[in-house]
Amino acid sequence: MATVQSAPTRPAADDELRRQLTGAGLEPSRKRADRLMTVVVTLAFAVALVPLVSVSWTVISRGLERFDLYFLTVSMRGVFGGMDAGGIYHAILGTLLITLFAALISVPIGLLCAIYLVEYGRGRLAKSVTFFVDVMTGIPSIVAGLFAYALFALFFGPGVRLGIAGSVALSVLMIPVVVRSCEEMLRLVPNELREASYALGVPKYLTILKVVLRTAIAGIATGVMLAIARVIGETAPLLIVAGTVDSINTNVFDGRMMTLPVYIFGQYRQGNVSCVAGATDCIPTINFDRAWAAALTLILIVMALNLIARLIARFFAPKAGR
Amino acid sequence: MAKRIDVSDLNIYYGSFLAVADVSMTIEPRTVTALIGPSGCGKSTFLRTLNRMHEVIPGARAEGKVVMDGVDMYGSDVDPVAVRRHVGMVFQRPNPFPTMSIAENVLAGVRLNNKRISKGDAQDLVEQSLQGANLWNEVKDRLDRPGSGLSGGQQQRLCIARAIAVKPQVLLMDEPCSALDPISTLAIEDLIAELKDDYTIVIVTHNMQQAARVSDRTGFFNIAGTGKPGRLIEIDDTSTIFSSPHEQATEDYISGRFG
Repeated sequence: MATVQSAPTRPAADDELRRQLTGAGLEPSRKRADRLMTVVVTLAFAVALVPLVSVSWTVISRGLERFDLYFLTVSMRGVFGGMDAGGIYHAILGTLLITLFAALISVPIGLLCAIYLVEYGRGRLAKSVTFFVDVMTGIPSIVAGLFAYALFALFFGPGVRLGIAGSVALSVLMIPVVVRSCEEMLRLVPNELREASYALGVPKYLTILKVVLRTAIAGIATGVMLAIARVIGETAPLLIVAGTVDSINTNVFDGRMMTLPVYIFGQYRQGNVSCVAGATDCIPTINFDRAWAAALTLILIVMALNLIARLIARFFAPKAGR
Repeated sequence: MAKRIDVSDLNIYYGSFLAVADVSMTIEPRTVTALIGPSGCGKSTFLRTLNRMHEVIPGARAEGKVVMDGVDMYGSDVDPVAVRRHVGMVFQRPNPFPTMSIAENVLAGVRLNNKRISKGDAQDLVEQSLQGANLWNEVKDRLDRPGSGLSGGQQQRLCIARAIAVKPQVLLMDEPCSALDPISTLAIEDLIAELKDDYTIVIVTHNMQQAARVSDRTGFFNIAGTGKPGRLIEIDDTSTIFSSPHEQATEDYISGRFG
């Protein structure tokens, strides 16, 4: 009798459970909110993409007009008016050299600072270093340029324009970014690895060099590359301290140096050329064309740096698997 | 190779907090000494003072004497780095270096210290250490693969191989099997029985059957309450501790009538 009685009650229980699990029992407002938020998030993503696509499209379509091997391999020496000539070789060199020296200054300082903060720093000094690094992150780039100018003017007199002064200005902007990203990466290294190394009788400095840095190197390399990408497009400080020049200068310690952002700004400021009627070798929009092509080059350089960063990260990443 | 350790009146602090009070014990050479006790009673803390790993935590310090074959390891002229080369350690969670291959992990103690070693010697040391850790047959064909690709039990034996490759006199093990399955645990316990011939071993464990299986002597730590320091209640031959301990607290703990 007992089995006969219990049998009819079981479907009822199943129906109740089914109703609770399949949504008939769920609050309908949750489903509506879910759908609404999906739409909002997708829309926000689309809106964020609009400027990116627009900028890429504009720069590529306008920049390609003058973007060729000739443009990349000649300087602006002897180019004037609406001449169908001139290129950015000097500006590419200047940008790469100034950024290279900025990295040479910032990476050792930033990395050592991060090592101090993570491995050694205790108490008030470490806290104040962290605080001032945060403050430095917010320095406007023009202030960094004025700082470098004031510094070099002390030694070389007013009106000084040097490639290395540009590097110093950029490193003021770059150091806090390097410190921050390296610090994050070093903190990600599990403490167990440090302890494993200590337990083998390895001194602290070798543990940091060979275990901590080796484990974090992929992230550090990525962070440094992103910091470089961040400063390579800086215009204001370089306009002040590196100056403008039309010919090639490969010595950062002597004389003015052209850079891509400053070049773009300079070309744009010159505006349209008024050609003499009937002149054959004169393009009225030549300066704008050059500015767009230079902008395209700058974007390509930044993209290349990001790609290199990813490759480095992949190369150094700890390998798992059997 | 194996050394005897005499601990007397050892007080261990974290900052101003007294974590372990007044420990005195003798650790005999070529024996396995197991340390048991409830969580938070200071077993691991005490273990880490035996190779001065305790003091890598900021503010941590120890007072008292830890004498290994007549040398006070806390003497003012003693270098903690050198102590750790004589007293190796295996941790609770297997922690092979993720950037290194299996062979490089075994050689880590040599390579990280910038010591030169010929290729032949390195190969011999790798084979000898992995044999010693009962891992050689499982990994001899893939010595250049990452150590993180091994199973948990294999990783732990790799860590033991890494520890014995620097030829320590004493081997400390901090719950070496707590993250492992029973089969891997058995492999480690067999290994401990073999290592006993060459090393002095101190093992912290939560598993009383394990303490009974592998150890010659057992020490019981206990804590009176939160905020109070942990103390060594008694230490004796393992058979005595598990059959007729002198202290009531020990008997309560091993028979599960604790707290």
